[in-house]
Amino acid sequence: MADTTTRAKLRWGLIDVIVVVFALVPVLWIASLSFKTPATLTDGKFWPREWTLDNYRSIFDTDQFVRALVNSIGIALIATLIAVVLGAMAAYAISRLDFPGKRLLVGVSLLIAMFPQVSLVSPLFEIERQLGLFDTWPGLILPYITFALPLAIYTLSAFFKQIPWDLEKAAKMDGATQAQAFRRVIAPLAAPGLFTTAILVFIFCWNDFLFAITLTSTERARTVPVALSFFTGESQFEDPTGAICAAAVVITIPIILFVLFFQRRIVSGLTSGAVKG
Amino acid sequence: MADIVLDKVSKSFPDGTVAVQDVDLEIADGEFVILVGPSGCGKSTTLNMIAGLEDISSGELRIGGQRVNDKAPRDRDIAMVFQSYALYPNMTVRENMAFPLRLAKLDKATIDQKVDEAAKVLELTSLLDRKPANLSGGQRQRVAMGRAIVRQPKAFLMDEPLSNLDAKLRVQMRTVVSRLQKKLGTTTVYVTHDQTEAMTLGDRVVIMRGGAIQQVGPPQELYDHPRNLFVAGFIGSPSMNFLHAAVEDGKLRTALGDVPIGDRIRRELEGADAPRELILGIRPEHFEDAELIDDEARARGMEFTAPADIVESMGSDKYVYFTVEGQRASAAELEELAADAGADFSGGGGNLVTRLSAESPVQEGEDRRVWFNLEKIHLFDPSNGRNLTLHEGRSAGTLGD
Repeated sequence: MADTTTRAKLRWGLIDVIVVVFALVPVLWIASLSFKTPATLTDGKFWPREWTLDNYRSIFDTDQFVRALVNSIGIALIATLIAVVLGAMAAYAISRLDFPGKRLLVGVSLLIAMFPQVSLVSPLFEIERQLGLFDTWPGLILPYITFALPLAIYTLSAFFKQIPWDLEKAAKMDGATQAQAFRRVIAPLAAPGLFTTAILVFIFCWNDFLFAITLTSTERARTVPVALSFFTGESQFEDPTGAICAAAVVITIPIILFVLFFQRRIVSGLTSGAVKG
Repeated sequence: MADIVLDKVSKSFPDGTVAVQDVDLEIADGEFVILVGPSGCGKSTTLNMIAGLEDISSGELRIGGQRVNDKAPRDRDIAMVFQSYALYPNMTVRENMAFPLRLAKLDKATIDQKVDEAAKVLELTSLLDRKPANLSGGQRQRVAMGRAIVRQPKAFLMDEPLSNLDAKLRVQMRTVVSRLQKKLGTTTVYVTHDQTEAMTLGDRVVIMRGGAIQQVGPPQELYDHPRNLFVAGFIGSPSMNFLHAAVEDGKLRTALGDVPIGDRIRRELEGADAPRELILGIRPEHFEDAELIDDEARARGMEFTAPADIVESMGSDKYVYFTVEGQRASAAELEELAADAGADFSGGGGNLVTRLSAESPVQEGEDRRVWFNLEKIHLFDPSNGRNLTLHEGRSAGTLGD
């Protein structure tokens, strides 16, 4: 019996290692490339023979990348905030109330999530040009919210459904208005769900390339994934690979920080003790 | 402090189901009223309507003389204890109890003082800084009570507050609830499905079935003078025995022999539409071992012989189960009660539960002569469940005239 559990553990451990290696090798490869000098870039070695920080220096030398980073952070944060707040309200209504058109709302939001985004790019381009939103922050924030909302609503309503309804009734009996009951009792309990959703939405906005490249044209609103594709070497014969890799490493850092920061708040069992065990 | 009046209060849902129908109930200031009935009888819906958590479809609800139909729960100034306790898990015990006071915007010193007072009453002082997750079931229950009493509301509503506790703790908490209510003198409406809780706690008990009130009264009155078959079967443990009884030649033919009937009952049965079949109800304690009966008592009852199946000695008395022959008593109420008890209900032609004196020498398997008191038996009309022995609200057995 003990023998089989050890073997099972070994087997699972092995599978885990394979998955992690499979996922991490490309990332490490990019990191490795970003520290290589142009001369050794294509030597095919995993560990750089000559370490250099030139690539990092070069990306921060140009205004192009810094500006894109500011755009990315600003746009992703604003879109995340709005999507989570709106999503929380919608999800709360969906999980708690019975209102006419509820199924329709859920259906439509699912439809939006499944709609191929590439087919919307041209119409959006036209609409935004007409409205003067083209190449502005709102021009990206709006479509991001649109596509992040279904995600937010689905994740959050699952979280809200786990919160015992009696808590809300108790808050009402204790003298709370509907808004107070939500803010002081339900929202704190839904916090792990809010943070999880925030992470997912932020990553979605941060990684988007399609909208960013079609709905921007200058540094005014261009985000990092797009800026990367516009990287050129100092001359047309110079390869920008090193700089692109350095930039790729730099833009994963905010995501990692964001996840680590919020992960600490995602403590399970926050609702334990509310109702009978 | 206030009285609560339900005036023809009804609740129907959009799909047409009627959960509560024309409930008339006056709860006096400081009274402890129990709503009891099987699941789905509308007792919790009634409570939620008093709380304001459910809308009232029709009728009027007055608290302290004021119509509150359209008032939000927070404007009714009543506190509620939930079956699940519904403690806020992100707050400590102190914060949980202070929550209603903070919402009422009291100053900090007053809040602390009131919370400390309530905590002392419920012996929660040492637990004030714990989170609900670190409390036992009984402690959580007390915190839920504390949160209710801390702001001295007009009334308490309790929705099966003890049903999640284990049996021993439940008995203990029952006395806590009872003492607390007497001490505070606050009007209390208490919902339960447990008839023992109903009998022991309340000043008055309201028995509900299918959204309608069956009978309202002090526990002893419901026990002695049930208005109908449902109340008779619901109240009492072990419950009343029901036997089929056929009306023949001015007598009742039952599995226990021919039961004589008095003039008043006979007059009732002489009507053209009077039922020919009745249900006879006898409580277990109205049986006695015939050996132990003196002559005076013997004259007030009658005797039969039946085999004793099981003898359960409780120390103070003996529960003896007899098998009797005969037709099974059947009525909608009995089936409902059986379904609620989750067991086969002891109708006629089956088991008879009796509570005999501890001195009875009855042995399992032997035929035993058993006496029962004719003054204490009830007769029910199976078609509508009405208690025919009831006269001016009093029950006087079949012989009454």
